[in-house]
Amino acid sequence: MKLINRDTKVVVQGVTGTQGRFHAARMKEYGTTVVAGVTPGRGGQDVDGTPVYDTVVEAKEKHGLDASIVFVPAFGALDAALEAIEAGMNPVVVITEGIPVRDTIELVARAKQLDTTVIGPNTPGLIKAGESKMGIMPNQVFKRGSVGIISRSGTLFYEIAAHVTNQGLGESTCVGLGGDPVVGLDYIELLKWFENDVETRAVALIGEIGGDAEEKAADFIASGGFTKPLAAYIAGRAAIPGKRMGHAGAIIQGAAGTADSKMNALRGAGAAIGEQPIDVAKALKKALV
Amino acid sequence: MKLLEYEAKEVFKRYGIPLGMSAIAKTPGEAKDAAAIIGRPVVVKAQVGVGGRGKAGGIKPADTPVQAREAAKQILGMKIKDLTVRKVLVEERLRIQHEIYLGVIVDRAAKCYTILASGEGGMNIEEVAVRNPEKIVRHNVDPLMGFRSYHANEVAKRLGYSGKKMQQLSDILLSLYRVAYEMDAELTEINPLIETAEGFVAADARLNVDNNALYRHKELEAKYIESFEGELTPREMEARAMDLTYVELDGDIGIIGNGAGLTMSTLDTVMLYGGRARNFLDLGGGANPDRIGKAVEFVLKDNRVKALFVNVLGGITRCDDTAKGIIEARKKLGDNKPIVVRMMGTNEEEGKRLLHGAGIETNDTMEEAAQKVVHLAKEV
Repeated sequence: MKLINRDTKVVVQGVTGTQGRFHAARMKEYGTTVVAGVTPGRGGQDVDGTPVYDTVVEAKEKHGLDASIVFVPAFGALDAALEAIEAGMNPVVVITEGIPVRDTIELVARAKQLDTTVIGPNTPGLIKAGESKMGIMPNQVFKRGSVGIISRSGTLFYEIAAHVTNQGLGESTCVGLGGDPVVGLDYIELLKWFENDVETRAVALIGEIGGDAEEKAADFIASGGFTKPLAAYIAGRAAIPGKRMGHAGAIIQGAAGTADSKMNALRGAGAAIGEQPIDVAKALKKALV
Repeated sequence: MKLLEYEAKEVFKRYGIPLGMSAIAKTPGEAKDAAAIIGRPVVVKAQVGVGGRGKAGGIKPADTPVQAREAAKQILGMKIKDLTVRKVLVEERLRIQHEIYLGVIVDRAAKCYTILASGEGGMNIEEVAVRNPEKIVRHNVDPLMGFRSYHANEVAKRLGYSGKKMQQLSDILLSLYRVAYEMDAELTEINPLIETAEGFVAADARLNVDNNALYRHKELEAKYIESFEGELTPREMEARAMDLTYVELDGDIGIIGNGAGLTMSTLDTVMLYGGRARNFLDLGGGANPDRIGKAVEFVLKDNRVKALFVNVLGGITRCDDTAKGIIEARKKLGDNKPIVVRMMGTNEEEGKRLLHGAGIETNDTMEEAAQKVVHLAKEV
């Protein structure tokens, strides 16, 4: 698995669109090394000082790129992400919302074949606090510190990051997994990474109803795969079965995927469980100070 | 998007999946004519987008065209889980030797399509899955290789078939996977697939298409809103038509947030402090004042809402836009229901200034705001 730091050279796919352009600028403000943009047919243009190319390979030849962030609309996102993977970009962060699940399945399979880390789709992206971000999270919420964050949602992730910052802990690396049923990265791969990351002393896990990824993460922790302090918050206790709560992946099917099932599993694995978002930051402070 | 049985069968037919003779009928007279053309005993089946129609009396056998007319008379217009039956499928009745289950699902954890098959199909397949999972054959499809005939043969073998029957079943499996893949299905199902002396026939059909993929299936778009009947409440249907992500619940506190996780968390926090949410409404990313106003108006107009809680964490969504939307909606409705707002992030100061100017208070944390709105809803 590959994440980012201040030296990661980033290409923005879909840089000429409204979202791509806006967030390319915010990323540069944060310190991300954004060196090029790609929009097929717009090669030779310039967006706020970032040169635009027709293809990722061309941009890579000129600038020696490492990683890509994709803002391309849903109908073209699979192609854009495959192009990035085949051009050797790693990680590939897919911000786009509304990608058909069939496309994501193919994207993730190709990434696995070429040993590429895919983050998303439908993710706020990832950030190494104080160094670099590939994502759409608000810059001011994060401060360099020792807490790693893994989240399935966007704004709830910022909410909890703000509490972590306010408690004086700050963040190391934070990753949004994405709100779709199928996504590239799972909790377990990240927990393994955080276990070995010297800058991370504790982890906040932000989950939500649907699927069984949180239960699997709990099994992994219980088996000794992750040993640092961990606090979790699971959204969706008030949700009712069979109704999709906004995210395509957030649905309770029968008795599976409930918030209680996830909280019990994580509690059983020794995690502190927050009743409300702020409790996560308080629990981590207690564990670390 | 859930297709009705007959719609799914129209798709299955295009892919060569064997089906019984059938025709759709909107009146008892049409049902009688259909049974006469089929010329054999039939079943008359309600076409509604919810499960449990058999138990509700929505499936009736008929030996003659006159009986088919009478059955249709009883079924058409009946209510199944609040849905009025408007169409029936008149279908040749099959002599059942054996019932098989076949399905193609999206496996979230394995990140692929998965073929499911069982020799114990029929009404109790969910029970089989729980009690005797070993009786369900699973095959994960490698996305880069696809589902090939030797894979299908293997699945059919594991169900205990060989020779010609194995090949027949294998062909159906391959067709079913093609339906799932080409139709962008979240769920494709034949339950039961009936084994007769001659071969196999799909007696029922389910096909749920991924809403995100509808742009690839223009023929379905016209039926999109209609297909949510039964799945969504009337208020949810109205919200869907306005392009709002809204879920109806049974409390009395209206809730609007931005982002699915934060909005869910807002509901949970209100519940934690003893309140009950009336709804979930996620504005999504980057909503403008107009869209926010529309959402606020939609929730405030709900008679069961006693107080409204708007929780916005500004990123792409701006706090000043949120404030403008709230103020505009309130002015338009001339409404005095209490509103609690918590906002943080992009243009927070300006948003608060606007709200305070309009006499609406704000809170700095979600926890505080939740306690306040629960208190206010109890006072009303």
